[in-house]
Amino acid sequence: MDLILAFATQGVQMLLVAAAAPLFTGAVRKIKSRLMRRVGPPVLQPYRDLARLMRKEAVAAANASWLFRATPYLVFAATWVAAALVPTFATGLAFSWTADLIAIIALLGSARFFLALAGIDIGTSFGGIGSSREMLIASLAEPAMMMIIFVLALIAGSTQLSNIAGFMASSAVGLRVSLGLALIALIMVAIAENARIPIDNPATHLELTMVHEAMVLEYSGRHLSLIELSASLKLLLYVSLIACVFTPWGLAPADSGPIAWLTGIAAWLLKLLVAAFALALFETSIAKMRVFRVPEFLGAALMLGLLGALLRFVSAGF
Amino acid sequence: MFITNDVEADDWDRMTLRLAGGESVLSGLWGETDAVRIAVLDAAVSGITVLRLPCPGGHFPSVARHHPVAIRLERAIRDLFGLIPDGTPDARPWLDHGKWEVRHPLSKTSGTELSPAPYMFLPSEGESLHQIPVGPVHAGIIEPGHFRFTANGETVVRLEERLGYVHRGIEGLLAGAGLARGAQVAGRVSGDSTVAYALAFSRAAESACGARVPPRAHYLRALLAELERIANHFGDIGAICNDASFPLIQAHCAVLREEVLRATNSCFGHRLARDCIVPGGLARDLEDGGAAILRRLTATLGSKFARIVEVYDNTASLQDRTGGAGIVKPELARRFGAGGYIGRASGRSFDARRALPFPPYDALAFEVPVLDAGDVNARVWIRIREIEQSLLLLEHVLDTLPSGPVRADVTPGAGEAAVLVEGFRGDILVYLRLDENGCIERCHFRDPSWFQWPLLEAAIEGNIVADFPLCNKSFNCSYSGHDL
Repeated sequence: MDLILAFATQGVQMLLVAAAAPLFTGAVRKIKSRLMRRVGPPVLQPYRDLARLMRKEAVAAANASWLFRATPYLVFAATWVAAALVPTFATGLAFSWTADLIAIIALLGSARFFLALAGIDIGTSFGGIGSSREMLIASLAEPAMMMIIFVLALIAGSTQLSNIAGFMASSAVGLRVSLGLALIALIMVAIAENARIPIDNPATHLELTMVHEAMVLEYSGRHLSLIELSASLKLLLYVSLIACVFTPWGLAPADSGPIAWLTGIAAWLLKLLVAAFALALFETSIAKMRVFRVPEFLGAALMLGLLGALLRFVSAGF
Repeated sequence: MFITNDVEADDWDRMTLRLAGGESVLSGLWGETDAVRIAVLDAAVSGITVLRLPCPGGHFPSVARHHPVAIRLERAIRDLFGLIPDGTPDARPWLDHGKWEVRHPLSKTSGTELSPAPYMFLPSEGESLHQIPVGPVHAGIIEPGHFRFTANGETVVRLEERLGYVHRGIEGLLAGAGLARGAQVAGRVSGDSTVAYALAFSRAAESACGARVPPRAHYLRALLAELERIANHFGDIGAICNDASFPLIQAHCAVLREEVLRATNSCFGHRLARDCIVPGGLARDLEDGGAAILRRLTATLGSKFARIVEVYDNTASLQDRTGGAGIVKPELARRFGAGGYIGRASGRSFDARRALPFPPYDALAFEVPVLDAGDVNARVWIRIREIEQSLLLLEHVLDTLPSGPVRADVTPGAGEAAVLVEGFRGDILVYLRLDENGCIERCHFRDPSWFQWPLLEAAIEGNIVADFPLCNKSFNCSYSGHDL
């Protein structure tokens, strides 16, 4: 019985992230539009877009291999599983014990690997440009991410997100400089990983400036729909990750009941709203940086992570 | 304006060498059924010189062999008229993509056989170079043009443009047309410069027929031209910032542009003032209350725009993108005779309103902003300063607006004229020749983009591929005005 209940809760979590991901994307777009005094598309527009793409025919290039066709499903599966592992409203869900933060990064890394391959697969120059830029960013973002994980693991004594969240919610954590550094670094990595301004512009129509969009330029129909949903999921994943590690308030602890879950969901939605505002505000106030500035940006994230880890080593009090 | 018909090949060559030596600036080179014409701006002479070289054998000595600026113009002449430039460094077609139903459509004996050879892009050889073809169909809703990049990783080694996709046969369409029809077509050469083109055509027509325009019409024409300049510059500044992924400024500039267009609509009955300027004056007078609308507009635009400029100036991330990107060297701008914000951002102060003043600009005080940096940032600042100057000009025109009729009768008759008019992109050249019945015998439009497109190729060299859209938007050359 317990097992069934555990799986049921996990199922709720999985459906919740998949259902909320387009909403978050839509909310960010809406807020950005309002900040620019435009009306903007409805918040629910991403759902309509996904449904529309699902209904449309998927056209693939003549020389696309099986890899090109399989990639959207692989990417979506890996991203969805990764998103399901991040505590949103409750810690200690069934899947939470099977994989830790490093596994989440590995899942996202695999998704990106296949996406980059698919970008090259069709042999157009834009796919190649996109893949090479994406790999440039990834090769810098992943070490930074690992440093952040080390900081968290050193402080919380675990790489398990449920444990980390539990520790962060407890009074043992206190105010630590290394945590502040890790938070800034994590936000920078999240911006780069999710192809947001100033690294990439998810709304651009300029082929030559695209990173993520260039890679998936050849996708259409249900394939594109899955890739867009994956991108939304990944954004939600990173926001949830930041929320559960650095603002674990309202998160239902393991073995809690439905009421705690409902408060957890409410608290999570509130955090998402705050994050959507913050992201929209940030993206409105900054221009995209030149591609060759990206290493500097991510280098800073890596150094912050490194500094956090070092501080933690030198003095347990930090 | 000095038009010399039927010069000798020697004079032609002497002119070519003067161009190559930088003593004069090429302003136009176009064909007729059995002759070629060249328009030249002299530093010393305040006017435009037009020479006609008959070429009965279908050949003419190439200008481009000494002065490469003329390459594309000669390629276009060859495509349209079948006249062959002897000694040209580049014999490939330009406007003709082999898709027309005829060859040399403007020549006396237009053939039907199509050019069979596939188009060869200029070669770039080297290890780890790769090509990126972009266009002619783009992801955004813009005009069609093909850009062939050769890149080394992210760095552009060579950019080659291929244009001609929106060739509509405008010059063929105008042959034999009346003046009214001519003004209509001129207003459709390049949609964003409809006022400037109609003004250029009308001035050429008036000059060819010896017609006088009432003073009020002169002032209202300037009013329209400055409104067009302001509206387009607002659009450009916003679009440049948007290409650096900073859409905030675009959102605000779009509001200002819309205010200008709506004011134009209430004053002249059309948002872009299309078909307002006709030979002889204006098709319609300023609406009642129009002056008050325009005064309100200039009063509010200035302060609103100042706030946008402040945002542009204070956003470090945006400055980082525009500063130092896509530099056009002053020497290059001078040699190509690049007009408009492109020339003025690279130290070439030429402005047709100032250099070859036509009424009412000869009676109005305004500044021509010039910068030397030649980068995207400089081109934005030239636009900003020009908007400020144009707003002042609007007020000045409203203050001194004479009363009276806005249209005089034009008696069509034989004559020819070449005029330069400053559009928002730069100087537009119109050459017009009328026959005894007052019908158009030959009409040629030279868009400022002819001398700006090649500079884009030079500006992007050594930049990164991802900066091209930003550089391109800062040029904002016309496709339709170029392809005709």
